[in-house]
Amino acid sequence: MNDGLKIELGRRYQFSASHRLHSERLSEEDNWRVYGKCNNPYGHGHNYVVEVRVSGSVDPATGMIANLTDLDGFVGREVLEPFDHKLLNEEVAAFQETVPTTENLCKEIYRRLKPFPKAKLERVRVEETFNNSFEYAGEEAQDRQTIQ
Amino acid sequence: MVYLTRKLEFSASHLYNNPALSAEENKRIFGKCNNPHGHGHNYTLEVTVAGEPDPVTGMVLDLKELKEILDREITQRMDHRFLNYEVEELRGQIPTCENIARVIWNLLEPKIRKGRLYKVRLYETPELFAECYRNGAQGA
Repeated sequence: MNDGLKIELGRRYQFSASHRLHSERLSEEDNWRVYGKCNNPYGHGHNYVVEVRVSGSVDPATGMIANLTDLDGFVGREVLEPFDHKLLNEEVAAFQETVPTTENLCKEIYRRLKPFPKAKLERVRVEETFNNSFEYAGEEAQDRQTIQ
Repeated sequence: MVYLTRKLEFSASHLYNNPALSAEENKRIFGKCNNPHGHGHNYTLEVTVAGEPDPVTGMVLDLKELKEILDREITQRMDHRFLNYEVEELRGQIPTCENIARVIWNLLEPKIRKGRLYKVRLYETPELFAECYRNGAQGA
């Protein structure tokens, strides 16, 4: 339907995982100074909420941008199964090189979901706690103006 | 530019069924949403209007007026209704979140005369929503 309107679908998921913020490029003292209690060598955990936004044309036969079964399956395979109840530093390859801050987690989830074949990934939002959230919409979108 | 958002809730039932498809295909595509008895949700609607505050009143538009528009156009039309059978604007469409959001946009846009309708976000559950805005305007 070409009526000049854009429709996006948003879906929220949850997983629980632990991480430790520690950079090999910093000294012990600097790690503690930068990351504070998040540098605890035993790690700590969060209930992460991942909000996935996709866009596309609404199929007149189904009324859908993407069938939720397909989206849920893809997010489950690419993100929830590999991340849920894991220590991100040790069990997710990407975080053996980079610090699993939620900024980096958000970018990694975006990278994993970008190939979703049934709709266009618009952005990924990750809520680490009730108070902290992060969004990523790809490099080309970094200067786009957004409002809440 | 200031963006003003008003929320409202309504409860309604619906079912997903495309008469052009076989019973098996409907079941496969729509799953439990294909139950012929229908099922319901508490929908939450967020309506965002963009505009400059009036220098005299300090308002983009009078919230009382927006509330009346939402009540007349949305609540009275959709609250405690079976969307497939009782909402004329959805006739012939599958009442998914995507389609309802578009219908809501088309109902509201011509009624908002101060400021302009910027965004409609409709939550079917806390985990699922659709958002509608003019192409080129930035979603957020």
